Amino acid sequence: MGEPPPNADPSSQDRRTSQGSERTRSRQYSQPLLGIPEDGGHQPPPPPPQRGSRGSQGSQGTGLPHWSQRSSLIPEDQSEEGTDYTRSMSLGYPPGFPAELSAQAYTDEDRMMQQFPRGLLEQLETSYQDPGASLLGPFSMYPSEDQTTQHGPYLRDDPTLHLGPSGLGFMPFVGEVPDPEPRELAVQNAKAYLLQTSVNCNLSLYEHLVNLLTKILNQRPEDPLSILETLNRNTQWEWFHPKLDTLRDDPEMQPTYEMAEKQKALFSRGGGEGEQEMEEEVTDTPVPNIMETAFYFEQAGVGLSSDESFRIFLALRQLVEQQPIHTCRFWGKILGLSRSYLVAEVEFREGEEEGEEEEVEEMEGGEVLEAHGEEEGEEDEEKVVDEVPKPQWKPPPVIPKEESRTGANKYLYFVCNEPGRPWTRLPHVTPAQIVSARKIKKFFTGFLDTPVVSYPPFPGNEANYLRAQIARISAATHISPLGFYQFGEEEGDEEEEGGAGRDSFEENPDFEGIPVLELVDSMANWVHHMQHILPQGRCTWVNPMQKTEEEEELGEEEEKADEGLEEVEQEVGPPLLTPLSEDAEIMHLSPWTTRLSCSLSPQYSVAIVRSNLWPGAYAYAVGSLRTCTLAGVTSTALRTSTPPCRLRFSRSTPAAPRSWR
Amino acid sequence: MDADSLLLSLELASGSGQGLSPDRRASLLTSLMLVKRDYRFARVLFWGRILGLVADYYIAQGLSEDQLAPRKTLYSLNCTEWSLLPPATEEMATQTAVVNGRFMGDPSHEYEHTELQKVNEGDKVFDEEVVVQIKEETRLVSIIDQIDKAVAIIPRGALFKTPFGVTHVNRTFEGLPLSEIRKLSSYFHFREAVDLKNKTLLEKADLDPSLDFMDSLEYDIPKGSWSIQMERGNSLVVLRSLLWPGLTFYHAPRTKSYGYIYVGTGEKNMDLPFML
Repeated sequence: MGEPPPNADPSSQDRRTSQGSERTRSRQYSQPLLGIPEDGGHQPPPPPPQRGSRGSQGSQGTGLPHWSQRSSLIPEDQSEEGTDYTRSMSLGYPPGFPAELSAQAYTDEDRMMQQFPRGLLEQLETSYQDPGASLLGPFSMYPSEDQTTQHGPYLRDDPTLHLGPSGLGFMPFVGEVPDPEPRELAVQNAKAYLLQTSVNCNLSLYEHLVNLLTKILNQRPEDPLSILETLNRNTQWEWFHPKLDTLRDDPEMQPTYEMAEKQKALFSRGGGEGEQEMEEEVTDTPVPNIMETAFYFEQAGVGLSSDESFRIFLALRQLVEQQPIHTCRFWGKILGLSRSYLVAEVEFREGEEEGEEEEVEEMEGGEVLEAHGEEEGEEDEEKVVDEVPKPQWKPPPVIPKEESRTGANKYLYFVCNEPGRPWTRLPHVTPAQIVSARKIKKFFTGFLDTPVVSYPPFPGNEANYLRAQIARISAATHISPLGFYQFGEEEGDEEEEGGAGRDSFEENPDFEGIPVLELVDSMANWVHHMQHILPQGRCTWVNPMQKTEEEEELGEEEEKADEGLEEVEQEVGPPLLTPLSEDAEIMHLSPWTTRLSCSLSPQYSVAIVRSNLWPGAYAYAVGSLRTCTLAGVTSTALRTSTPPCRLRFSRSTPAAPRSWR
Repeated sequence: MDADSLLLSLELASGSGQGLSPDRRASLLTSLMLVKRDYRFARVLFWGRILGLVADYYIAQGLSEDQLAPRKTLYSLNCTEWSLLPPATEEMATQTAVVNGRFMGDPSHEYEHTELQKVNEGDKVFDEEVVVQIKEETRLVSIIDQIDKAVAIIPRGALFKTPFGVTHVNRTFEGLPLSEIRKLSSYFHFREAVDLKNKTLLEKADLDPSLDFMDSLEYDIPKGSWSIQMERGNSLVVLRSLLWPGLTFYHAPRTKSYGYIYVGTGEKNMDLPFML
């Protein structure tokens, strides 16, 4: 349509031919109208040869398709190309118009070259300003054979002009035209055929084509022929799915709007006095500076987008307001199947106790009872025949979990699925759970109360499994540069505490920072600052045999079945603040990878350490001046991929390197 | 993800936690433009990043006009200089199937694998241990190819097929409607169809031949190997593959933006059936 007009007639005809034939291919509705041009009884205004040639193209449809033909013809009128073309390209003529236009199709090609009278054009244009009475106007001009180049104006899709889809506009013609010639009759028949609607739908082909071409002309896409089928389908679809009123909400978007509302609530500052709050917040708030850490992690190529980080910051602030929290840190995000978890690591203020301990104890008691129940059942069945040897298997003593604020339960963890949703507290972890978690590998679904179905069976539901994984990850990957933390005071003999060593540390005020390059080069510059979890599942070793004195006596009387019962080694792990260079290897690979964040600007880059055991655990450090020293450790976006059996290490001697438990 | 909309795409795909640092992003924008010019690609995709021990590989793919034609894969260690990788063959796949563990990050690194091969010497047949050297580049090629064939996906309607057989980008794709985004059948594998012929005639009757010419995710084995989530307050749908952890596909419904990126260690998750 927008192509530059060819200069020679034959070439234009060729182009028309090609356009016509393409139209044939794509528009099958033109088929039934083939009869019209071949009707020999007609006395068409244009000389027959031209009509015949066009008839052979088989592209004779009435009305609408010819506007495009005409549009190609119009530019041939070179002098008028600019203005007339634009005028003619506007669409939106009332349904009566095409009948007149169809007559133009048969116009002689040579006559097309003539300049069509401007007066005629304007007359035609004005005639469309008032619909109804003016419909006859162009039509009455039709019979004159000299006025052939009546291309007619194309009006833009003006709703005031559009007569409406269901108007059978050509009815007035019938009433007013005294004696329609056979050709006109054929045209009217064709149009009537196009306007018919079926029982199934209200949309006639005519209206659909009007809509389609209106849409194309309004939107003017590039290369519309290639997307013709899609446009066709879309137009049809739009007819039957009108846009909703402005008064109603789109039902599909309901969940999105709800979430947006919840997140909007995050952005509002809590009620109460404005100024007082400002002061409080500026001075001392346990909420960490998430944006700063997010910036550094972004240098490493890790982390959520900045607006997501900001939303997390607001969610943490909400958490701080709701719970009595002393320190708070964003631990990271764990991806799940249906939903993900955002984990916050907090410490309650002194004196705040959690009420969940009782529930957990009850669970443990229940498990022990069950085991006894099974044994008794067996005995009952066989009692009659013979004395069945009593099973000598006693369930291993339950190792008590660690106290809050110590060891693996040093911090409390809250999770939420998305910023804006409420935070849920995770229960404390028990050693049994940690031991089981080492053996299984399951995905998180995103719902905390999902049961964990696995073998060996995991004692607990997803909340417990999540907590156990968090404990393992923290113990393995929370690191800091050497010297950032130091031990508070000298402690006594290590042996007294069962090899636990020191378990508290504090920030070193004299830490001056290690140059980034050194941090990257050697793993000895990094140390773990979370306690290692022993194979038992605790950080401090508890001898399970001490509690079960009765069982020990029984064991001596009966035959020795279990050898390992009384020979329980004291488990020792590497002490706190051990450098990473002491970490055991995974399959001959170093467990940590270090990188400079940007090799192009080493003076400003950040040292990044990535764990190869827990993919997704990253640590960064920038140590320059003391004031800018940061040692942040955050595991982000972790997948629960604990390589299971590969890393099983045998029991090690007390002076063992840190094993990957 | 399309290199043209790289920044927005990275932003949308950042829900998985892995992205690119600003310097990498900047160098990618310029270097991918030059790659497109040099290799005369119609479209350049930033495929993702494979994490290695020493260095990471950044992978890009170039497409010609026909979207389903074999793509050319390039890799780079620093996002500025790109090298073309050879196309993957079956032989490579079998050869590298024996290599496990992480990528080293050095393309010339060679993995050694000892095999027992039967050697015929006259009448005697005995096994001899042969040390086979496998180059890391070969492994890289075959892993990328496997990931592509298994988990590269696009939404339904994003590509359409013309009667001549050429597959084009659908310019009128306006995004999946909200009712369809949670269904696995709205997403197709971005590769030649393998399963289509096995469908029954009844199923085929419902398909639109111009849009439904690729396999959908519905029949993937094992079932449940895709996790569909809504992020950003329900305005973004993210699919993550559980078979190749690290592949993230994102799509903002009712808009044209979609893409996938792989950031991971290049290891298949063989424990998937146990983890579900």
